[in-house]
Amino acid sequence: MAMEVTQVLLNAQSIDGTVRKHAEESLKQFQEQNLPSFLLSLSGELANDDKPVDSRKLAGLILKNALDAKEQHRKFELVQRWLSLDANVKTQIKTCLLNTLTSTVADARSTSSQVIAKVAGIELPQKQWPELIVSLLSNVHQLPAHVKQATLETLGYLCEEVSPDVVEQDHVNKILTAVVQGMNASEMNNDVRLAATRALYNALSFAQANFSNDMERDYIMRVVCEATQSAELKIRQAAFECLVSISSTYYEKLAPYMQDIYSITAKAVREDEEPVALQAIEFWSSICDEEIDILEEYGSDFTGNSDIPCFYFIKQALPALVPLLLEILLKQEEDQDQEEGAWNIAMAGGTCLGLVARTVGDDIVPLVIPFIEENIAKPDWRQREAATYAFGSILEGPSPDKLLHIVNVALSFMLSALTKDPNNHVKDTTAWTLGRIFEFLHGSTIGTPIITQANCQQIITVLLQSMKDTPNVAEKACGALYFLAQSYEDVGPSSPLTPFFQEIVQSLLTVTHREDAGESRLRTAAYETLNEVVRSSTDETAPMVLQLVPVIMMELHKTLEGQKLSSDEREKQGELQGLLCGCLQVIIQKLGSSEPTKYVFMQYADQIMGLFLRVFACRSATVHEEAMLAIGALAYAAGLDFAKYMPDFYKYLEMGLQNFEEYQVCAVTVGVVGDICRALEEKILPYCDGIMTQLLKDLSSNQLHRSVKPPIFSCFGDIALAIGENFEKYLMYAMPMLQSAADLSAHTANVDDDMTEYTNSLRNGILEAYSGIFQGFKNSPKTQLLIPYAPHILQFLDSMYMEKDMDELVMKTAIGLLGDLADTLGSNAGSLIQQSLTSKDFLNECLSSKDHMIKESAEWARLAINKAISV
Amino acid sequence: MAPHDLRRPFKRPAISDQQRRRELSLQRQSQNRRDAQQQARCLASSVLSLQSQYPDPVPELEIEPESQPQQEAGPLTKDLDIRQASKLRGPEVRKWFASQLMLPEWMIDVPDRLSHDWYVFARPAGKRCMVVSSNGTTVSRERNGSILHHFPSALPSGARTKDPSGSAQSYCILDCIFHELDQTYYVIDMVCWRGYSLYDCTAEFRFFWLNSKLAETGACDAPSHYHKFRFSTVPVYDCDQRGLYSAYIESVPYAKDGLLFYNKHAHYQTGNTPLALVWKDEKCSQYVIDTDSKGQVLSQQQVVLELQEDGKLSTSDDPPVIFGCLDGEFIQKSGLQSGSLLKFAIGNGGLSFVDGKLEKSDLNYLGKSNRARMFADSYSKVIFQYMVRHTPLKFDDLLASVSPSDDEENKPCDVEMVD
Repeated sequence: MAMEVTQVLLNAQSIDGTVRKHAEESLKQFQEQNLPSFLLSLSGELANDDKPVDSRKLAGLILKNALDAKEQHRKFELVQRWLSLDANVKTQIKTCLLNTLTSTVADARSTSSQVIAKVAGIELPQKQWPELIVSLLSNVHQLPAHVKQATLETLGYLCEEVSPDVVEQDHVNKILTAVVQGMNASEMNNDVRLAATRALYNALSFAQANFSNDMERDYIMRVVCEATQSAELKIRQAAFECLVSISSTYYEKLAPYMQDIYSITAKAVREDEEPVALQAIEFWSSICDEEIDILEEYGSDFTGNSDIPCFYFIKQALPALVPLLLEILLKQEEDQDQEEGAWNIAMAGGTCLGLVARTVGDDIVPLVIPFIEENIAKPDWRQREAATYAFGSILEGPSPDKLLHIVNVALSFMLSALTKDPNNHVKDTTAWTLGRIFEFLHGSTIGTPIITQANCQQIITVLLQSMKDTPNVAEKACGALYFLAQSYEDVGPSSPLTPFFQEIVQSLLTVTHREDAGESRLRTAAYETLNEVVRSSTDETAPMVLQLVPVIMMELHKTLEGQKLSSDEREKQGELQGLLCGCLQVIIQKLGSSEPTKYVFMQYADQIMGLFLRVFACRSATVHEEAMLAIGALAYAAGLDFAKYMPDFYKYLEMGLQNFEEYQVCAVTVGVVGDICRALEEKILPYCDGIMTQLLKDLSSNQLHRSVKPPIFSCFGDIALAIGENFEKYLMYAMPMLQSAADLSAHTANVDDDMTEYTNSLRNGILEAYSGIFQGFKNSPKTQLLIPYAPHILQFLDSMYMEKDMDELVMKTAIGLLGDLADTLGSNAGSLIQQSLTSKDFLNECLSSKDHMIKESAEWARLAINKAISV
Repeated sequence: MAPHDLRRPFKRPAISDQQRRRELSLQRQSQNRRDAQQQARCLASSVLSLQSQYPDPVPELEIEPESQPQQEAGPLTKDLDIRQASKLRGPEVRKWFASQLMLPEWMIDVPDRLSHDWYVFARPAGKRCMVVSSNGTTVSRERNGSILHHFPSALPSGARTKDPSGSAQSYCILDCIFHELDQTYYVIDMVCWRGYSLYDCTAEFRFFWLNSKLAETGACDAPSHYHKFRFSTVPVYDCDQRGLYSAYIESVPYAKDGLLFYNKHAHYQTGNTPLALVWKDEKCSQYVIDTDSKGQVLSQQQVVLELQEDGKLSTSDDPPVIFGCLDGEFIQKSGLQSGSLLKFAIGNGGLSFVDGKLEKSDLNYLGKSNRARMFADSYSKVIFQYMVRHTPLKFDDLLASVSPSDDEENKPCDVEMVD
């Protein structure tokens, strides 16, 4: 048997397709026929030093894949499968794995490390394999270097795999001790030191207690900083990675070390090799992220949580940090703008400079302006580009009045550079900077306008001209136009862009047809800009937007006339269909929002719907989502007329609701169900059995991303409001689900902000569902069916009120529901309502709320309650 | 454990346009949902206030109807008026709209002073509906409240055009019949014009206003982009011999469905009113005797009555007329609830009257009525149908009642413009 496995594993890596396929089949059969024996063979193979390294590695990989999967439900199955294996088998496998760590073959050790971590990931949360950590660490000091390295690597993977709360503090201490000792400068073996440094990166999240202890923290920080000075590049890089991680995990503990860290990072940025320098810059970017978050929290209403205070590290480092970043802006690489995924010191430095500007605001302006002035007109393109980039970077953050003057001076310079500068790089950055000016400084809120009647024509001419430049420059010009258009949204009945509308649209369409539009995401940018131009258009240009409908329809039609395509071509075609559906969606939403244009537009509705249905034939997530979004907009515009599309469309609607994997598609489809409910009202009834079945399945699925569940509840409300008392037959399914979700969301401990936010969105969905149901049953002889649910609902409202953690939206929906309940049940629920806390304290609180929407809903509730109890 | 990727977005906006499209859609959807719920609430509160403010019915013919309370009633004008309501949706709205039309009684005897105080015109065959134009759109709703069309029209504020006169206040409410064959809205009454309420005006004034104002707007022109359906007035005659004869005999561009009689002095009163009457015979209507869904005349007359809490069966009139009573046991056994609309056949025993009042009826229970029905039959409808089967009121009878010999005093009528 053992021999056989070796050969099969080798064959499975053969270059001969038939051999490989045959081997894969055998492995699959073996696994299906006798899983324990299969896993034992694999672990034996991995542990056996006599076996070829290739078969050992593959054996380990298959073992690993037998323990974990990306897909959530598959992962769950694999965990259950492992847990139900015979204990002896598991022990034997684990012994093999641990033995492998002592192998002299590095690949075997490394593979085994990963498998051990996967097993630990399953077993430790179950309180199984308690001896693992102790046995790994038992005599780590006396081990030969290669075993020590494997042990540390295993610990690193283990920390990545399991959550800190399943490892007891004593074990955490032991792990950290071993790891930090392995990192220490006294460790002469670089492999050991590298493994230890990388292990620390993962172990940092376990070290809460240790970072709260000054001595332990000092020690860890010292070792990390020393490791940044190692002679070995990989160790330096890994050590800086640790610093980056510490900067976000333990921001509030950093103050004593900042001086040293500045020196270390500055030296690395100036002198070290790129991978290390990049991590050093990232440290500062990461500190900016932290401080921006904290300052944002300060700016918003104080939530009462005792959050981390801002230490203003960036502000303090500013005089040294900004010159450092400006200096590295000059280290651009040729062609970095054409290269997809390029990342270098200049780019990292520029990005960091932008973050610094957002962190400190006005203070950065005087530090950067001299650099811009000095370099912007130099003969060396690097200096011109760096100056332009620096300018673009500081446009977000400082207050507009600090910038307006220089922007007004710079604008005509930029426009001329965009057409005349001989360097592609400079033009790219110039176009980007213009976009930033329009994005951040040309809002209607600011006093002196940057764009005037005098220069508007010039700006547009230059941008349209640049759209004929190389793809990277043209893409940035599209982006600039995007923000220019955006800044004229809600401008009123007349837009300064109106005279240029036709020309702009024509130029953008021309861009989409460029041979090289596939490069630098140019085609995408052109369509996105077209979308924004349409969104910000006014009644004046409505006829031209209408003319765009058949044009985009024709484009979409062309993509559907496909011959046989390669998978690469099909992907490109799918992408294009997504863009075109997105564009149609924007157009439909625009034209549908005003009656006259809507009626003219609706003459295209049949054909557009036909195109969307054909697009659904393509199985690509983004296409589905875009077409679905567009159909939602169409349903909204069409109203009752949408009924005629339902017979053909329904199956795709169902498919969308079944799409657990691409949950965005599912979420968008749920939203579209709501649109259709409002469009069709009771005419949606024939489809409700299918839709409700699917929605209920979605709710019970553990595969579906949780973010989709609140909208599903809201959707219940949409359906109930549309079909009224016909919702009766779904009550027995929907109500228990709503009740248990309500119980769950009433008392969720506030673990973190994300959880609180999710809980509130769940509550909102539940409340909207109840509201829709009550409103739907209003004045029906069947209202009494809802009486039994009233006590629980009032209880839910009361308990949310007592938790005191509702956001404004939930408060508004909650108090509105109280009104709906009183309105529909009337005197039947009078005494029940009067007994509830909600009808008194909560209602009073809402009545005196400053939030207009809460107050309005509360007034409604008071009116309805008064009626209910006066009868 | 390879180093982690630390690339950040470079020269990229924070949010992709796709994400933006997604978010804008979500915003629109949740706004629409909020609107739908808010509207349902608004409407519910106005409807409730309206119900409680309805005055006692005015049974006597002689009394000039009081001005309708919903004109002055606070909630309707304050929180919601028919303009807003016309765009609302949901079962509540349908119910509310169902009670907004003036419904003629069936002519079971000839009113006095027919030739003096009444108009007559040929009723177009089609769907009776309320047409509301406001804020750049026009909505028509059928008698049961469901939307018939949602369209742009040349009525004031009926389409989003750059009409300078189209201020937000400039809404219109018309009482129409939609005639399927020529896709035309025949306007039979005008309720509001350019924000000016005609509820409290006499029919005489309303018809005068209708005839002079409608054509001004271009609403009677052929359909176009901003005017999807043609509107038309109907020829209205004084109900003297010549007028009655013209309405009955003369050809009109639409299929006739009986004759409508409007009392010149009557205000626009929602619900059943004896101040507007309908009369039909085979010559001027295809739909005289009730038929089944296949168009076959039913062997027995059928009536729809509402079950009261005490088991009594009543008409839709206000006050209701009682036709009979179901016993409690039967009600329980059949699981009927008060408020249900029930269908009965009139048996061989027929209806018996004493002193012009219904004394006895022979009713056989058939089952619940069609779900689309909003109201029970009116007394006059039942009696008219009964008469058609037994002793119909003939055209000659009408003619006779307006004969010049009968017509002693020919004094002109004062046009009451506004009261």
